[in-house]
Amino acid sequence: MRKLGTVLAALLVIMTAGWAGNAEAAKGIVIDGSTTVGPIAKSFAAYFMKKYKVPVTVSESGSGNGAKSLINGSCDIADMSRSMKPQEIAAAKARRINPVANVVALDCLAMIVHPSNPVRALTEAQIGDIFSGRINNWRQVGGPNFPIVVIQRESNSGTQETFKELVMKGRAVVSGAETQASNGAVKNRVSQTRGAIGFVGLGYLDASVKKIAVNGVIPSAATVKNKTYRLSRDLYMYTNGKPAGVVGTFIDLPKTPDGRRIIQELGFVPKY
Amino acid sequence: MNGEIESNQGRSSAFIVSARKRKIQKIRQKTGEATLLIIASFVAIVVLFIFYFVARDAVPYFQIRGFREFFTSIDWYPADDPPRFGALAIIYGSLMVTVGSALIAVPMGIIASICLSDILPFNVRQYVKPVIEMLAAIPSVAYGFFALVVFAPLLQNSGGPILMWTWWVIATPFLLLAVIVASELLTSTIASQSLKKPVDIAVKALFGLLALLFLYFVGTHLQGLEIMSGTNALNVSIILSFMALPTIVSVSEDALQAVGRDLREGSYALGATRAETIIKTVLPAASSGILAAVILGIMRALGETMVVWMASGNSSHVPSPWYNYLESVRTLTATIAGDMGEADQVTGSARFHVLFAMGLILLVVSFVSNLISERIVVRQRKILSGQ
Repeated sequence: MRKLGTVLAALLVIMTAGWAGNAEAAKGIVIDGSTTVGPIAKSFAAYFMKKYKVPVTVSESGSGNGAKSLINGSCDIADMSRSMKPQEIAAAKARRINPVANVVALDCLAMIVHPSNPVRALTEAQIGDIFSGRINNWRQVGGPNFPIVVIQRESNSGTQETFKELVMKGRAVVSGAETQASNGAVKNRVSQTRGAIGFVGLGYLDASVKKIAVNGVIPSAATVKNKTYRLSRDLYMYTNGKPAGVVGTFIDLPKTPDGRRIIQELGFVPKY
Repeated sequence: MNGEIESNQGRSSAFIVSARKRKIQKIRQKTGEATLLIIASFVAIVVLFIFYFVARDAVPYFQIRGFREFFTSIDWYPADDPPRFGALAIIYGSLMVTVGSALIAVPMGIIASICLSDILPFNVRQYVKPVIEMLAAIPSVAYGFFALVVFAPLLQNSGGPILMWTWWVIATPFLLLAVIVASELLTSTIASQSLKKPVDIAVKALFGLLALLFLYFVGTHLQGLEIMSGTNALNVSIILSFMALPTIVSVSEDALQAVGRDLREGSYALGATRAETIIKTVLPAASSGILAAVILGIMRALGETMVVWMASGNSSHVPSPWYNYLESVRTLTATIAGDMGEADQVTGSARFHVLFAMGLILLVVSFVSNLISERIVVRQRKILSGQ
């Protein structure tokens, strides 16, 4: 009986502690959404917590989920790698939430292939043909005689939506395309698979994969900034109403020198 | 003496107030029974509720889009405009992965459980069984990570040789057995003793050569295969079979143990060898339990989500040819997990409800197969008890 009492007391202490912790976190900033914007949000969060002593929680569950969380009121900032759809805005309005788009940085869709692949450049039309299945061998685009393994993102992904909008233009992605759940997973699969092609955000490029020039332009900070690289996009942090208070300070980070430095270090392009 | 009188008195006084007390006692008993019943039926109620809530969200899909597209089309483009919800390829993917893992796990699991219960000495079994059961304790995301990061590149880089060696290791003993049995069958018809031996040797040599050629050609064919993508149905089937293995081994080993010494000893007493005892006595007696084990294991494979989501490649198409396990597939569970984020009332209700329709299919399939296994177990028990 005494033992049970001790256990109960311990539980009570733990629960109170947990509750108190929750209460404190509620005063902080909760961020949810895109895995592309995720790294920026996380670095900002670390910087912000150190500087302003405000707790920031960052989850990465995809742009669609981010929008949903904002609409449901379960996050303060929704990271999105695409702009909100009209239906989402309508759903938000119905719940008296006023989503405001704040551009954090610029990014692009970098097409990546296995490092051993000799193909260096593709046109937008060729990429569209590859992803719609009309081209299925690297030989057809000047590469070796080897089948193409198409890797796309899951339907949650803002990157996927942007890709469909910029490249596919209404065509369906070939049904045999593999589907991966994050930028990192796509990069991992492409780096391991000889015939693979996929797309990731600029921040995910490294030596394990080979980037491809699109319409003759290599994706880089410079070509994204001067808009010569065609597959570029804005990255957003959506807030409920005009950001104010701590959220406002957080949203304004990209305009500060430290914010710009963080964005650059992560491989994205500062907007301001 | 004194005490006895007192207790006698006590009993008689209890007898006097008995009418009321008995009533109270009866109420107590009834409430106790009812409480136990409620607690016991709680699980059943939970199952019913799950059925109800899944069905409640699944039915609207069929009301909006009808049955035809879902069950006959292989075009799965839920996010396109207009959306297409053909789930046939996904249902097929689930089937393929489940059958694949069953083909590996069921023979392996049954053989392992026979080995555990009838062949290994007791002190060895004590250590081996927990080790096998430990497979069940590994979280599925760890399996998935292994499948994606270790096994998939391995299949891509040296899939052909791996397949060839697996073929050799598995097929050689079976073919050897087949050659011996076939030659015995052929020579058993020869009456003359002097002719028997040379013919036997000749037949064995001929069959052996044929078997070797067969082994070699299939082996080189497998070695020549190039696996484009390691995240495919084969990868997932193998990993899932390892996840189903502990269930199958553990439950069917229990069934084999339950057969008891008397049957085994009776069989030995009639002059049966150990092999005959196992095959003709123990296995039939335990078959219902083994079947239950197999169905439980298959359900484990069908319902697994994390591993297939990570390592099946998730491409919603029917491989060509249809039995090609080296292509990516997509399963019902992975589709539910992967599409749930985007799918809610915001983006069009059909897209949300179609996932529940998939869940309902999974639920119905596992429910039906559980019912079937239950039926078989009951019937088997009746046969065994001689009714």
